[in-house]
Amino acid sequence: MPKRWIQRDEKPRRWLLSERIFKYATAAAGAYVLAVILVMAIQLGFESAPIWEEEGAEFVFGTDWNSVPGRESYGALPYVLGTLITSALALALGFPLSIGIAMLVMIMPKRLGRPLGYLVDLIEAVPSVVFGLWGLFVFRLYFRDYVEKPLHDTLGDSIYLFGGTPFGLDVLTASIILAIMIIPTISSISREVMSAVPHQQKEAAYMLGSTTFEMFRMAIFPYSKAGLLGAAMLGLGRAVGETMAVTMLIGNATGANAMVSSLFDAGQTMPSIIANEFLEASPIGLHTPALIGIGLILLGVGLAINVTAHFLVGRMVKVNEGPVH
Amino acid sequence: MSHESRQQKRAEIRAMFKSNVRRRLWVDKIMRGAVVACALTAIIPLVWILGTAVYSGLPVLSWAFLTEEPGAVGAGLISIGPAIQGTLILIGLSSVLGLPVGILGGIYLAEFGGGGWLARQIRFFMDVFIQVPSIVLGIFAFLAVVLVLGHFSVWAGGFALSLIMFPIVARATEESIRMVPWTYREAGAALGLSKMAITLRIVLSQAKKGIITGVLLSVSRVGGETAPLIMTVVGSSVFFEDMDTPMDALPLRIWRFSLQPYDEARIAGWGAAFTLLLVIFAIHLGVRYFFMQEHGGKGLRVVLHLGRKVR
Repeated sequence: MPKRWIQRDEKPRRWLLSERIFKYATAAAGAYVLAVILVMAIQLGFESAPIWEEEGAEFVFGTDWNSVPGRESYGALPYVLGTLITSALALALGFPLSIGIAMLVMIMPKRLGRPLGYLVDLIEAVPSVVFGLWGLFVFRLYFRDYVEKPLHDTLGDSIYLFGGTPFGLDVLTASIILAIMIIPTISSISREVMSAVPHQQKEAAYMLGSTTFEMFRMAIFPYSKAGLLGAAMLGLGRAVGETMAVTMLIGNATGANAMVSSLFDAGQTMPSIIANEFLEASPIGLHTPALIGIGLILLGVGLAINVTAHFLVGRMVKVNEGPVH
Repeated sequence: MSHESRQQKRAEIRAMFKSNVRRRLWVDKIMRGAVVACALTAIIPLVWILGTAVYSGLPVLSWAFLTEEPGAVGAGLISIGPAIQGTLILIGLSSVLGLPVGILGGIYLAEFGGGGWLARQIRFFMDVFIQVPSIVLGIFAFLAVVLVLGHFSVWAGGFALSLIMFPIVARATEESIRMVPWTYREAGAALGLSKMAITLRIVLSQAKKGIITGVLLSVSRVGGETAPLIMTVVGSSVFFEDMDTPMDALPLRIWRFSLQPYDEARIAGWGAAFTLLLVIFAIHLGVRYFFMQEHGGKGLRVVLHLGRKVR
């Protein structure tokens, strides 16, 4: 029998087994995330089943919120709307600011732009509860006296949005804090997306004689539209799930009181109602299932927003060079 | 693009550049100003928060404040000893639960999964999972651990936090393993090493800076997380007893302080906030200084904060 050159099949079995175990262990660790998402969705659905059976669609579209035993009634509409309103306001305020910051970092010399970008990213490192503390004890007071009161006094009678008594703990304050919190998310993603635009595009715009701002408008924005939209969606996803800062600032109204009619009304969002009431909810009765049901809605909304965002940002990355259509 | 529309586009661009140059330059200047104003608007709150934390928090700090149990309001001193201890325990527990899964998952994505179907799904859902509202993870930990064990426990809190930690660590591990040049693996293979030995001995040791960065930043994220702790470790005012009882944590304690209508609680809240910020910023700046100077830093930053690297 000729001598074999490669001695591969003479390796001891034990060695191959450990190899296989390692591979499957890593695969299992990777697949853990899929299992967690699946189990989480099923468990939230299963545990909130009583409330869906009891209230049906009324749970999503109702506005009553009463946890007194015997008179229980749960409708999550005010909280769903509260979440949508605060997040939309935060996005409307935060998105232009973030794009502006991303533009500034791009046009600044690297020596200055990098520290600025880093400083903005540091906002994300500040814990939510510290934002809440600052909002509650510092920002709210200044905001109430120097912004809300003048707005209310001058426009309160004519514009419905500025009616109501400014108190500082309201939808507007919470939205502004949220806007600050989502700036780093949007600005870092849009910075990445905008610097992914091919250099030829920018050079072509400059060659035509455009100013810096015109270069952004002609070359960068059309090219990175989808990515910027994705960045906005990721920011929206953060705003929707943000809990502590909002809980501390939004005023925590419940039930029909939480239906917001003016920017100076106290409201409630989905995360904040969970944070406020989860521990007080009695294990018997429908209170806990109702809160878990809100958690399920929140999970659904969060997943939908982030899946859309990732598709948008991903599409942006696959863009090919060539003219803008 | 059809011929006509291209003509039209050209006409548009020509019209745009024919208009008044002075006006265009003014618009450019105004936009530059606006963009600087944007940056200032974002930086001011950060500076304001840090300034307030230092101004109101620093004077509160003392050895007793950091190490003793919180006394009753009015007793003179409210301390945060149990909260600091609890946060450290939670960070340790969530690391023990989350890091192995995260690092192994990252290895799978980078070394074994490649561009296959499973790996693509895992990568996508990890990116999505990083963004799942943390309070939902808290509810999940409540259902999966608290209800099963029958009581609030440190385990539940650690589990909830490990769910925040592992996808961040996995994606950071994947991205830093990808930075290791392919020739290193070939050198290992030429020496006759097995895939496992190549991965553990060569690739991981090359990628360790990036992985440590990911781990530290996920620790800083987990350390400031409040929402999932509300329904898992609940909070307490005594030092750690055992794993099956409620425990305190720094962010939870800050929240409790903010709910109390006393000046003392507010001041203690700032002291606690200052302590928390000190730890988190120390981690961030340390990571920045020690690990992020190399070219890997920029992409990693995006992965760590947002879960997706834009290539």
